[in-house]
Amino acid sequence: MLDDSSTNETLLEVNNIEVIYNHVILVLKGVSLSVPKGGITALLGGNGAGKTTTLKAISQLLHSERGEVTKGTIAYRGQSVSGLNPSDLVKRGVIQVMEGRHCFEHLTIEENLLTGSYTRTDGAAAVAADLEKVYAYFPRLAERRKSQAGYTSGGEQQMCAIGRALMSRPETILLDEPSMGLAPQLVEEIFGIVKDLNEKEGVSFLLAEQNTNVALRFAHYGYILESGRVVMDGPAAELRENPDVKEFYLGMSDEGRKSFRDTRSYRRRKRWLS
Amino acid sequence: MFPDQFLFGVEVLLNGLMAGVLYALVALGFVLIFKASGIFNYAQGVMALFAALTLVGIMDGQVPFSHLINALFGTDVHHFGWHVPAFAAILLAMAVMVGLAWMVQHFIFRHLVGQEPIILFMATIGLAYFMEGFGDMMWGSDIKKLDVGIPQGGSFWIEEATAFLGGSNFYGFFIDQLDIVAAVVAVVLVILLVSFAQYTKQGRAMRAVADDHQAALSVGISLSFIWVLVWSLAGFVALVAGIMWGAKSGVQFSLSLIALKALPVLMLGGFTSIPGAIVGGLIVGVGEKLFEFLIGAPFLGGATENWFAYMLALVFLVFRPQGLFGEKIIERV
Repeated sequence: MLDDSSTNETLLEVNNIEVIYNHVILVLKGVSLSVPKGGITALLGGNGAGKTTTLKAISQLLHSERGEVTKGTIAYRGQSVSGLNPSDLVKRGVIQVMEGRHCFEHLTIEENLLTGSYTRTDGAAAVAADLEKVYAYFPRLAERRKSQAGYTSGGEQQMCAIGRALMSRPETILLDEPSMGLAPQLVEEIFGIVKDLNEKEGVSFLLAEQNTNVALRFAHYGYILESGRVVMDGPAAELRENPDVKEFYLGMSDEGRKSFRDTRSYRRRKRWLS
Repeated sequence: MFPDQFLFGVEVLLNGLMAGVLYALVALGFVLIFKASGIFNYAQGVMALFAALTLVGIMDGQVPFSHLINALFGTDVHHFGWHVPAFAAILLAMAVMVGLAWMVQHFIFRHLVGQEPIILFMATIGLAYFMEGFGDMMWGSDIKKLDVGIPQGGSFWIEEATAFLGGSNFYGFFIDQLDIVAAVVAVVLVILLVSFAQYTKQGRAMRAVADDHQAALSVGISLSFIWVLVWSLAGFVALVAGIMWGAKSGVQFSLSLIALKALPVLMLGGFTSIPGAIVGGLIVGVGEKLFEFLIGAPFLGGATENWFAYMLALVFLVFRPQGLFGEKIIERV
């Protein structure tokens, strides 16, 4: 729906990467994707498809989990990110919001947000201005600014995690599963804010999401991952209309919505797998 | 006028408070490292010993590794022949502790990121015994006197000011001036540490790392830097504890055993709370001295100080495992 708002400039280029955990477990088997400036790019797929691993390979958070990229390249603005650490990437404008929110439980909401500005060197005044901006986007956070993050609700924690990332003045946010464990209404609210940030602040998003329905409504372009491979990609509007996507990810078929009873005995046609 | 027995009790209580402050100083070092990295640093006591040895060595102008140098080159060097003033020596010793913090992080814990806590704990045991031997090799194993100019002995002022409280057999409260200095230093140290953690950017990052390594990494905080910082702070606390204990009882191997006194303090105060370390230290100090005075010496044949703190800590563990001030385990319903 917003395909024309993204420009042709590519920010992030992932080329055929392979990721191995603990030297033995092969998780990604050649994933390629690109994230254009000013777009929302969705990375879809079920549990264990490799969405989180892809994001962590980009943000360099794999090392601390004993994973490594063994093949392929990842480039941000044309420069390879291999050998950088997460803090270098944050300084270059790429920050990840991790799955499961990961707020600092014993810090207040405001302190959480301020940790996001850790790598910035542009002074306290600029940070304070951005803090107000984050509060403007997330008025709920402003109400809870003095509460310990551990005592806030799941939705507030998700907002806090996104707000914290915003405090680093990012160009690209790698957003992992923002809908996880949240009520549908809150999911809408959060995706609405993501769309706002994308349009008004010009932040590009790479969004990993299991909730295909919501993700394809807000994203411009989508990649579908299955067991470590990209099996399909295309503009979000096209993916939404694709019969396979409808059937496997949106739970609909030509005969309309299928009940769970039908899907259980349904043999998957792997028509797009090579 | 109060009965003498009561006044002696009060004096015991005051001395307990002072001893507690010294326990608290050691416990503080444990809390700092445990909070930020989840590492229970068994080597904290040895760090205090090492810091004190280094301080004495620098002040006396001792040649480090003189034994080794003499053995290798057939020389006979022991001292440079100069004396470094206490203040400058403390700064230099602090620099050594920062260097040590960097080496600990660079050579040991950098390679153990993401390992089980028990493995990290084992690494600190190894570190403790390594540092013990290294300290001996560097500065020699003889008992040294540490004098950084802190007044020692009972405070006459307090004795005279309080003598009127009792009868003719009571000469006023006996309180060691060193203990008073230690108490003041401990209070200042805690205020400094708490304000650092609470109000500075690095302090906030330190607490963030303590809460969630992964998330801290994701916002661009460098774990290595924070851990070096934390070990440096623990080294600083060890230095202060080493100075106080060293001035009190000489710098010798047994200094490293004060770590054992800090354990019950930690169980009481909680492993993650700076104020907890202080309050826990005071409770242990006062508790063991009063228990000895009121029950231990008259009824149990004395020497209860060695185990009283552990017994108290056990009771606490059963009823309040996170300690008095330990961070509440946040559980939302």
